[in-house]
Amino acid sequence: MAWTRKILRVNLTTGTCETEPLNMEWAKKYLGQRGLGTKYLIEEIDPKVDPLSPDNKLIFATGPLTGTCASTAGRYSVITKGALTGAIACSNSGGYFGAELKFAGWDMIIFEGKAKRPVYLSIVDDKAELHSAKDLWGKSVWDTDAALKSIHQEPMMHVAAIGVAGEKGNMYACIVNDLHRAAGRSGVGTVMGSKNLKAVAVRGTQGVSVENFRAFMKATEAGKKTLQENAVTGEGLPAYGTQVLMNVINESGALPTRNFHDVQFESAHDISAEAMAEPRRSDGKPNLLANQACFSCTIACGRISKIDENHFTVVNKPEYWHASGGLEYEAAWALGAATGVKDLEALTYANFICNEQGYDPISFGSTLAAAMDMYEEGILTKKQTGGVELKFGSAEMLTQMAEMTGKCEGFGKQLALGSKRLCEKYGRAELSMSVKGQEFPAYDPRGIQGMGLAYATSNRGACHLRGYTVASEILGIPEKTDPLATDGKAGLVKAFQDATAAVDSAGLCVFTTFAWTLEDIAPQIDAACEGNWTPDTLLESGERIWNMERKFNLDAGFTGKDDSLPKRLLKDAAKTGPAKGLTSGLDKMLPEYYQVRGWNNKGVPTKETLNRLGV
Amino acid sequence: MNYVIIGAGPAGVVAAETLRKHDAKGSITLIGDEGEPPYSRMALPYYLIDKISEQGTYLRQTADHYDNLKIKYRQAHVNSVDTKAKTLVFGDGKTLKYGKLLLATGAHPIRPPVTGLDLPGVHTCWTLEDARKIHQLAQSGAHVVLMGAGFIGSIVLEALVMKGVSLSVVEMEDRMVPRMMDDIAGNMLKNWCKSKGVRVLTGTRITELSDTGKGLKVGLNKGKLPVAQLVVVAAGVQSNIGFLKGSGIKTDVGVLVDDRLQSNVEDVYAAGDVAQAKDLSTGERNVLAIQPAAVEHGRLAAMNMAGLDTRHRGSLPMNILDTLGLISSSFGQWMGTKGSETAKMVDKKNYRYLRLEFLGDRLIGAQSVGMSDHLGMLRGLIQSETSLGPWKQTLMASPSRIAEAYVAKMHGSLG
Amino acid sequence: MQKTLVIDPGKCTGCKQCEMACSYVKEGTFNPSKSRIRVFDFHTEARFVPYTCTQCDDAWCQQACPVDAITTDPVSGVKQVHDNLCVGCKVCTIACPFGTINYNVSTGKVIKCDHCGGDPECVKACPTQAIVYSDAEQAGFDKMRQWAAKTDNAPQTTA
Repeated sequence: MAWTRKILRVNLTTGTCETEPLNMEWAKKYLGQRGLGTKYLIEEIDPKVDPLSPDNKLIFATGPLTGTCASTAGRYSVITKGALTGAIACSNSGGYFGAELKFAGWDMIIFEGKAKRPVYLSIVDDKAELHSAKDLWGKSVWDTDAALKSIHQEPMMHVAAIGVAGEKGNMYACIVNDLHRAAGRSGVGTVMGSKNLKAVAVRGTQGVSVENFRAFMKATEAGKKTLQENAVTGEGLPAYGTQVLMNVINESGALPTRNFHDVQFESAHDISAEAMAEPRRSDGKPNLLANQACFSCTIACGRISKIDENHFTVVNKPEYWHASGGLEYEAAWALGAATGVKDLEALTYANFICNEQGYDPISFGSTLAAAMDMYEEGILTKKQTGGVELKFGSAEMLTQMAEMTGKCEGFGKQLALGSKRLCEKYGRAELSMSVKGQEFPAYDPRGIQGMGLAYATSNRGACHLRGYTVASEILGIPEKTDPLATDGKAGLVKAFQDATAAVDSAGLCVFTTFAWTLEDIAPQIDAACEGNWTPDTLLESGERIWNMERKFNLDAGFTGKDDSLPKRLLKDAAKTGPAKGLTSGLDKMLPEYYQVRGWNNKGVPTKETLNRLGV
Repeated sequence: MNYVIIGAGPAGVVAAETLRKHDAKGSITLIGDEGEPPYSRMALPYYLIDKISEQGTYLRQTADHYDNLKIKYRQAHVNSVDTKAKTLVFGDGKTLKYGKLLLATGAHPIRPPVTGLDLPGVHTCWTLEDARKIHQLAQSGAHVVLMGAGFIGSIVLEALVMKGVSLSVVEMEDRMVPRMMDDIAGNMLKNWCKSKGVRVLTGTRITELSDTGKGLKVGLNKGKLPVAQLVVVAAGVQSNIGFLKGSGIKTDVGVLVDDRLQSNVEDVYAAGDVAQAKDLSTGERNVLAIQPAAVEHGRLAAMNMAGLDTRHRGSLPMNILDTLGLISSSFGQWMGTKGSETAKMVDKKNYRYLRLEFLGDRLIGAQSVGMSDHLGMLRGLIQSETSLGPWKQTLMASPSRIAEAYVAKMHGSLG
Repeated sequence: MQKTLVIDPGKCTGCKQCEMACSYVKEGTFNPSKSRIRVFDFHTEARFVPYTCTQCDDAWCQQACPVDAITTDPVSGVKQVHDNLCVGCKVCTIACPFGTINYNVSTGKVIKCDHCGGDPECVKACPTQAIVYSDAEQAGFDKMRQWAAKTDNAPQTTA
């Protein structure tokens, strides 16, 4: 129950699709999605494998709750060795695709090998088939989505695809499903492209069952009520989306601006949730049209926006005059504050392009910011940029670079490398605001100290979704801690990391944890799944997953030295705001973190720890 | 008022009920000649496979339904109608006066002029009595030959296969259900049946039947068939209008009626398979011989008989068929008409097909294979003559988006 | 007072909780493809439209049923399918001009919304009150009524 107990194994080299039973022993230890998918990957690949070689594997995994009526239970993750990082990668996405995969009767798809020529996979319930993607290669995500629904004449099909970015080896290409939901980070789309796999199109009409329906309905109903009554999940997120954070984080002095030169953006309001909802001066209509929920989600934080038809980005492009996925906080920050651009319509357009061509707006915005930094320093000149003036704050340049990066043309080809490779290429590695090769998201570790540790130790490279201590340090969830203090942050980060790993593995959205603790989540999982699931077993499962991921990275060649932050954050103090004068206190937090993790002083899990967790 | 209804099928029963609804005091007589309570031919295939009992075929499920409504149900055969004297003459010579008359006599199966069609073991599948006989003869393992793969033949086909017989289908035309669907759909059905172990011979004619003593030898114009234990004739139906000869009631293939379902003779109406009434899709008068039209006719005719002037816009031809699990349907001018444009989705491998016919930006006909969701929307769009606007182009490229187009049009604001 | 499902697409977020609740209560499993209510997604217009049976007065489905398997509840006005009588002939599925009565392949019967006997699960599951259960005269229902009238080829009584 909850699990379909079926895995689809697709060998792209031989072109075969085979069914195999899910390893239930593993499922009971690792739940599903992130945990279980990672377990399969680690058991099946050499950790030293080149991420873009046919020997890497690509796993689409649902969780046991995916496709049930638990709030937000529609998610899936893509697990692979990340192209951008060379570390374990697990990118989580919402929309409807994950639930559809489950309804078709599959817990997981494992792709292995590499197709000789471009292919896509269609799944209609039990029937999985590879087809030539000759006519799809070169198409955007949006065109691919439409083409597949048309080819199969199945409007209810849900498609996850790569765009041109993934085909052409943009190192932070994503896999986009349902037009604007994405397994976004670490270059999972790049891996998909390297396998000549264009898309997965699914239609499922079989049901999902749970172990104990009566208990499940009761537990999920209680969960939904809690979400509804919570200020963040019941009011803030539905009304403003994640963009509710823009002004809050800016005021906290933790909004990284112009490649982390500053911690506050003077135009934060112009690109905030409030601005999205206000009527535009140009046409009197707001940027934001509606909010959209992912499958089963009772929060509905998703933004649906429409660009002003007279805006310079689209005035001659009616094909962009429709509604589509609007700005989430991370994208608005990366495309806006990080590059110093305050034109909301331009950011929305750049975000559309990211979705259309399938690449991560966080890594793109940050890489562009790093390139701007180098340009302003004179390291990059017009000669290298193809005549483009890479100045902070230019909306025209931002949107032009978004287009070029989407197609991997001109200087866009260099931006497609990601900030680490780009900055190394020009001898300024320290200007890349990244950990393990992955760019930071939208929280400055000088203003939110816990996030510095979370970034440094995140198994997939810098990331906000591995241990979101912002909840505690800024929003006071579950309890308020001082964002400027380093004391106690090691334990806080660990607790967030372990809990998040469990939530990710269940098929739920991490945003539920603004309102839910494991006490709310455990009864839902316990009612749905075999086995005895309590807050303690979930936490243990999360810790097990964390250590398993860590071990993979160490085996892949990472060391404790990679648990670090760029010099700028350690040496240059914040210039304004509450954190004025502060740098990141990572050196104070990291040793303690290793200790609470049960790792040695080099960051290697001890035998006792691994034995205790059964890794 | 003294209402008399000849025929106790769906048209007759609905008419009787509608009359009672609008005329609490009038006398209503419903006449059937099969010696059964009013039942539904549509349900016979399900009786054949024991999905329902005989009772399950009855049009109304409560025993005292007609008594409660004070509808006299009389079992008798009407031999002729004297419209001048407003009198019916029964087979036993008795007579009955009427004030207003509804002809709902339905149709009868055609028996083609083939030698041996009168042999024992040869049956039509039209009445409950026919079904009882077929129920006996179509034993598991028996070889059964079905003559005709039209709509009715195809419905019977499913029941026969489910009874476990070895089945051969012989159809004169080049495909199955030639009057319900086009060659792509008809051949899809044929291939589907073949894949399920049914022998389907299209473009083939039964020339002669003879009794070998061990069963029926079935002669064909080409090819051979094993000896059959049962031959089921499903070669089409004709309206029951023979008894109207000399009555002054105008007939063509059925009783010609106006948009109030009244014949050329005042106070004589017709409904159902016997009525040649307006076909919504063509505007011509046509015998549709389908359940929904029979019900519509019955209701409308009754309202007019009760004195409520109610006009019939026409009935839409439509059919739905389940052939061994493959569901197919057709609506309106599915074959298109002059100046119409066709959108097709053909997926032979997965037995899926959708064909839409547009005149301008309006849907005028449709057929589907392998689909079962939201089919009624096809009727809704055709019948409402909804202008599809830009959705038409969308549907020309992707016919399967018809449900979206429907909901969008219904909710006005959506393009 | 007869009650009806009043649907406001403007409030719908497309979460499909209604489909999940419906399929669970009617089929004992989470399976939107078997839900009696379906949310249509018009993504380029940022609009989601929950769609189901209006329990129309004329009840094409009921009239077309050859075996009396669909009846009208005298109190609620709801059209109900009686599984013990339904033979699965599907005539109602082509007769209903709204396409809201459908054939369920796995049971061999037709399925439609029946307001869950007066306590619709979709209404309870909707997190945004896009579907509410209220008096039949409310706005929104009228719109579908008007549309229904357009498809009506039957009684247009002038007397």
